Amino acid sequence: MTLRQLAFTIALVSTLASPSSAWELTGQVAAEGRFFPQDAIAADKHDTNGSFALAPELYHDWNSGQLAVTISPFARIDQGDEERTHFDLREAFLLYSENKFEVRAGLRQTFWGVAESQHLVDILGQTDQVENPDGEDKLGQPMVELTLLPSFGTVELTLMTGFRERTYPGREGRLGKLPVGDGVYESSDEEWHLDWAARWSHYLGAFDFGLSHFQGTSREPIFGLGGTKERPVLAPYYPLIDQTGIEVQATLGGWLWKLETIRRAGFGSKGQSRTFTAAVGGFEYTLVGVGGSVFDLGLIAEIHLDDRGDSATTPFQDDLFGGARLVLNDVQSTECLAGVIVDRESGSTLSSIEANRRVGDRWRISLEYRGFINIETTDPLYGIRHDDFVQIELARFF
Amino acid sequence: MQDGQGIHFHANTRGRHFIGLATKGVAFAILLTSVAGTAFSFELPGGSDEEKGIAVATESDDRDNRFINFTASMKMILQDRHGQESSRELRVKTLEVDGDGDKSLVIFENPRDVKGTAFLTYSHKTGNDDQWLYLPALKRVKRIASNNRSGPFMGSEFAYEDISSQEIEKYTYKFLREEALDGKDCYVVERFPVNERSGYTRQIVWYDQSEFMIAKIDFYDRKDSLLKTMLYTEYEFFADDFWRPGIMAVENHQTGKSTVLEWTDYEFQVADLDTADFEKNSLKRAR
Repeated sequence: MTLRQLAFTIALVSTLASPSSAWELTGQVAAEGRFFPQDAIAADKHDTNGSFALAPELYHDWNSGQLAVTISPFARIDQGDEERTHFDLREAFLLYSENKFEVRAGLRQTFWGVAESQHLVDILGQTDQVENPDGEDKLGQPMVELTLLPSFGTVELTLMTGFRERTYPGREGRLGKLPVGDGVYESSDEEWHLDWAARWSHYLGAFDFGLSHFQGTSREPIFGLGGTKERPVLAPYYPLIDQTGIEVQATLGGWLWKLETIRRAGFGSKGQSRTFTAAVGGFEYTLVGVGGSVFDLGLIAEIHLDDRGDSATTPFQDDLFGGARLVLNDVQSTECLAGVIVDRESGSTLSSIEANRRVGDRWRISLEYRGFINIETTDPLYGIRHDDFVQIELARFF
Repeated sequence: MQDGQGIHFHANTRGRHFIGLATKGVAFAILLTSVAGTAFSFELPGGSDEEKGIAVATESDDRDNRFINFTASMKMILQDRHGQESSRELRVKTLEVDGDGDKSLVIFENPRDVKGTAFLTYSHKTGNDDQWLYLPALKRVKRIASNNRSGPFMGSEFAYEDISSQEIEKYTYKFLREEALDGKDCYVVERFPVNERSGYTRQIVWYDQSEFMIAKIDFYDRKDSLLKTMLYTEYEFFADDFWRPGIMAVENHQTGKSTVLEWTDYEFQVADLDTADFEKNSLKRAR
C-alpha cells in the first residue's frame, strides 16, 4: 500500500466516522516490547525492540444488519525492523444477508479449522509473518464470497484475486533468516490469477466438520536462493496448487477430539510438481474447577504428520504438541496457554507461553514467550534458533 | 475468552399474566376451568411434597410458554468484598424451541477487549447443551465443551447453570411450605439439580403465588452450606403475557462478593428473528 492510498484510507475513515453516530468506531492501540536474550546469529541485529500498533474498526449497518460495512485498517510502527513498520487493510467489505444466503465482497479475514498448534486447512488469507512468527495474523484478502445456507449446513463459494505476498522480517529484524526478495509466480497472471475455493461445513450431534477445496496460487512460498553473493536473499516462488482439506471435531463432555488433514498437489519449485499429505490431530480435555478452585485447566495434545518427511517446508513434519490452558475465571479474565512442539526425530523443540489479563475496563496486558531449543541444522527453524523472545504488550481498547 | 464456556441467558423466571392466558384459546381455558375451578387460579394439589413441588414448578414454567422469541440488553455490575466495581454489557437473543430447550445468542458489548465475542447455545432438556463461541480477533467459530456448569460467568457471582435455560427436567422438586416474603404470599420449593456436574446440592426457591414469578433463590454448595442468595425484583410485564425481572442480584455469603444484573430493552415476539439467526454461521455477523 502506497502512502497515497494510506492517506486516502485515513481520510475516508475519518469522514465516515465523524458525521453520524450510527457509525460505530471501536478498536485498539497497543505498545509492545520484545526482548531477545540471545545475540542474533547475524551481527547488527537488535536485542530489544519497541513497537506501536493501531487497529481501529469502523462498522455501520442498514436495515437491521441486512447490509453492513466493516472497515478495519491496521498500522504498526516498529523501532528495529523497517519491514515490520507496515500498514494493511485487514478488512474492508460489504455484507449483504438474506435468510438463505449471504454475500461478502471486499478485503477479508477468514478462518477454517479446529486444531490449536497448527492451522493446516486454513488457506484463504495470506500470513502476516512479520507481525508474529506464530502465523496467526493474516493480511486482508480481496474476495467475493457467497455463503449458502441450505438445510444440510453452510456452503461457502469464494473467488479471490489480488494475491498478497507473505511478509517477512527485514535485514535488521529478528526472527528472519535472510532478507526475502520479490515473489515469482507460476501463473502468468502473477498476483491477478483468479483463485477459487469451496467449503461445506455442518454439524451432526457431537460432530462439527468441514470439507474444502482451494485452487490457485499457494499462500506458502517455496524458497530458492537469490540476490548476490555479498547480499544473498531468499527468493520466494508461488506455485499454483490444488488443496483439499478435511476438518473434524468431536465434542464429548469435557473432551474435544480434533483432526485436520490436507492433500496439496502442484506444490514444487519451478518446473516441478509435488503432491503431499499432512495432518494434525489430537485432543483437548478440560478439568473444571481444579482443586476446589474456580479455575479451569485444559490439557492439549496434538500430533503433526507430513508425508514429505525431512523435505517438508514446515517444521512440523513429525512432531508432538503438548500444552496446557489455564483459565482463572476471574474478573480480569486471566488466561494462560503454554506448550511445546517437539520434533520426534531430532528433538528440536519450540516452546511457547501466551498469557493475558484485563486491567480495568479498557486495558489488557499480554505476555508472550517463544523459545527455540536444540534446533537441528535441517529444521526450517534453524535460521532463527537464537531468536527466542519475550514480548509484553499493553493494549487500550476503545 | 479464548476458551470460555458458552451460556444461555434466560431471565430464570417464569410468569404469565392471566389476561394473556385467557386469550390463548377457549379449549385451554375450559380445560383449566374444569381442573382448577376457575381459569386463572392455581390450587396446590394433594399428595406428596414431591408432587406439590413439581406442580408449582410446572405452573411457573407453563405460564411462560409461547414467548416465541425475545431480545434484551443486560448490564452486570460486579462488586468485590472491598466494594470495587466492574461491569459488563451484553446483548441477548433467545428463541423458543418446541419440545426442547431454547436457542440463545449472547453478544458481548463491554468490556471492549471482548466486544463482538458471541456465544450460541442450543440448550437441551436433558444432557449437555451444544455451544459455539465466536472469537472476532481470530474470525474463528469454535465448538466448545459444555461440561462447565458450576464455573463463574465472566468473573461474576452467576454460575453458568444459574443463567442457562431453566427446564423443568433439570431438577427434582420437593414442596416445603407457604410463607410471606416482603408481604407477598409465596410457595417455597426445594429443588435438586439432576446434572451431577452442578455446583449445588440444592436450591430453595420462593415463587410468588399470584403470578408464579420467582422472587428469591437460596443456593447450597456441594458441602450443603448456604453459598449465595439471588433476589429477583422490579418485575415488568411484557407483550401482554410475560413477566420479567428488571434486576437480579446475587450475593455470595462465603466471599462477600456480589453481582447485580440489570435487564433493559426487552422486546418480545420480534419479527424476522428466527432459526436463521441462531445458526453457527450467523455468529460471524451477530450484533
